[in-house]
Amino acid sequence: MAETKNKHKIKNPFEGIIEKLFMIFENKIYLYGFFAALVVFLVIFPNTSSRFTQEIMTNLFFYVVVCLGLNIIVGYAGLLHLGYAAFFAVGAYTTGILSSRMGMDFWLTIPFSIVAAVIAGLAIGFPTLRLRGDYLAIVTLGFGEITRLTIRNLDVTGGAIGLIGIQRPEFFGITLNQISHFYYMFFILAILAIIVSYRLENSRMGRAWEYIREDEDAAAAMGINVTTSRLYAFIIGSAFGAVAGSFFAAKMTAISPDSFMFIHSVMFLMAVVLGGMGKIPGVVLGSVLVVLIPEVARGIGPYRLLIFGFLLLIIMLYRPQGIWPEKPTISTDE
Amino acid sequence: MALLQIKDLTLRFGGLCAVNALSLEIEEGSIRSLIGPNGAGKTCVFNCLTGFYKPSDGEMLFQGESLVNKKPHIITYMGMARTFQNLRLFKSMSVLENVMSGMHCRTNAAFFTTAFRTKGQREEEKHIREVAEECLDFVGILNKKHFIASNLPYGDQRKVEWARALATQPKLLLLDEPAAGLNKDEKSRLIDLMHKIRDKREVTIFLIEHDMGLVMKISEKIFVIDYGVKIAEGTAQEVRDNPKVVEAYLGKEEEEETA
Repeated sequence: MAETKNKHKIKNPFEGIIEKLFMIFENKIYLYGFFAALVVFLVIFPNTSSRFTQEIMTNLFFYVVVCLGLNIIVGYAGLLHLGYAAFFAVGAYTTGILSSRMGMDFWLTIPFSIVAAVIAGLAIGFPTLRLRGDYLAIVTLGFGEITRLTIRNLDVTGGAIGLIGIQRPEFFGITLNQISHFYYMFFILAILAIIVSYRLENSRMGRAWEYIREDEDAAAAMGINVTTSRLYAFIIGSAFGAVAGSFFAAKMTAISPDSFMFIHSVMFLMAVVLGGMGKIPGVVLGSVLVVLIPEVARGIGPYRLLIFGFLLLIIMLYRPQGIWPEKPTISTDE
Repeated sequence: MALLQIKDLTLRFGGLCAVNALSLEIEEGSIRSLIGPNGAGKTCVFNCLTGFYKPSDGEMLFQGESLVNKKPHIITYMGMARTFQNLRLFKSMSVLENVMSGMHCRTNAAFFTTAFRTKGQREEEKHIREVAEECLDFVGILNKKHFIASNLPYGDQRKVEWARALATQPKLLLLDEPAAGLNKDEKSRLIDLMHKIRDKREVTIFLIEHDMGLVMKISEKIFVIDYGVKIAEGTAQEVRDNPKVVEAYLGKEEEEETA
C-alpha cells in the first residue's frame, strides 16, 4: 500500500467523490426510479424542445451507438483502434450507394452494410490482430485514412463531393423525414446497443475478452482461442459502427468523405476513454460529455477543443480508469 | 496404451538445448512427477506439451493424437489442463469468473444467441456457473466465490488455479510446482487433494516439483531430468538410490573433494 501512495505524489482531489455520489444508487429503488424518469423524459423530450436541441440529442444517441461499438474493440478486447470512423464510413456508404444509385429500400441496405463492415473488419483484423498495442493502433490509423482516401477517389462513392439523394426510410407507411422521427429512431438504436452490449459483457464471449485482456497466456491455457475472440470483437464492433453509419446516411440523405475524418475516430475514442473503457454507463456518459460540452461551450467558440484537451488531461492524470467508477465486487447472482 | 507418450522430444533455443531427446510415458490414472535441478528444462517440457513452445524435434502423443504444432487452446480442448509456476490468475476478476474461464472450451454460445439471449444461451450460462461452483466446492473455496482473485491469500489463489484447470474437464492435469510457497499443513492437504482429483475425477496427474518429500510421497513413478536429458526413472526409492540423480543434485564426489 505504501508503494502505491508514493507512486502518485499528487493528491487526487477527486478521490472517492464520484464513488460517494453513486452510493445513492445502491438502493435499487432509486436506481430504477432514476432510469424510469430518464426514459420518460427522453420519450417526451421532442414535444417540449426545439428542433435544434432535438438535433443535438439525436447526435448524442448516435454517439452512444458508435461508441458502444468502439467500446467492444477498445474496452472489451483491449485493442486500441484509431480508425473507427472507417467502419462507420463503410456502413454509411454501403447504404448510400445502394439507396441513391440502385434505389434499394433503406431497411434492406442494413444487412448489406453489416456484411460490408464484417468484410472490412476481417480484412483489417485478420492480418493485424497478432500485433499488439502501438502497432495495431498505427495499422488501424492507416486503415482509417486509406478508407477515407479511397472513398474520396472512387467514382461510385461520388468522390470528394459525396453522395446525395439517399432515400428516407419508411416505417409502416410513414416516411421518416422529421427530426423527431430520427430522434426516436436513434433513441431506440441506442437502447438496443446498450442491451446488446450488456448481454455481450455478461456472456461467455464478453468474459473471454476480459480473460484475454487480463492474461493472454492464461486465457489460451484455459482453452480460449485468443485470435478468434479478438477477431469477433473486431467484427462485432465494426458491425455496430456500420449500422450507425447506415442510419446516419439515411438521416443526412447526403454524405461526403469529410464526415469520416481522423478527428471523428478520435472523438469516438475520446468518449470511450473519458467515460471509462469497458463500462457501458461510462461510455454513455463519455458520449454525453463529448456531444454536449461543445454545445454548452458554444460561446467560447474556437477554444472548445482546448477545453476538451484540458479535461482529457485532468482525467488521465487523476482518473485514468475513466469517470465512471469501477464495478464493485461483482455479485454474479441473478 | 499410455495416455501421454513423449518420444525424443527436443527443444532448442539457438545453440542451447533445453530439452534433449526426452522420452517418457504416462499411464492413465497415474500420478507422475518430473523432477530435476533448477534449469533442468522441466517447465520447458510443460510448455511444449501445452503448445506454448514449439518443439524442435520429436513427437508427443496424447490419447494417440499428436500435440505437435497444436495451439494451446486446442490442446486444452483435447483434455490437457495446466497450472502455472507463478500464479497466472485473472487478477481483477472474481474467483467464480476465474473458474468459469475453464468452461469456455466446453461451451459455444456466440454472438446471435447472446444478443437475443436465447433459452439455450441462458441454460449454457447456468451450466457454466454450476460447473464452476462445483469445481470451487471440490477444492474447498466455494465460500469465497465472490472475492476478487487477487484479494485472496496465496494458498487460496493456488486453489483457484486448480479449480480453473479442473473446470476445463481435463483427462490429464499438468501441475507446475503446485507446492511452491505453501506451508507444511497446506502441503499435506495438497497431497490429499491430488489423490482426490485422481480418484474421484479420474484425472491423471503429471507434476513438476521441487519439494522432494512431497514428490516421494505422492508419485508412483518419478522421472528425473538434468540439462534436458532424462537421467533416471523409477519409484521414489529407486530414484533416490540412483547415483546419477545424487550426482545431478549434489555434484560428483571427486568434485566435492577438490572444491
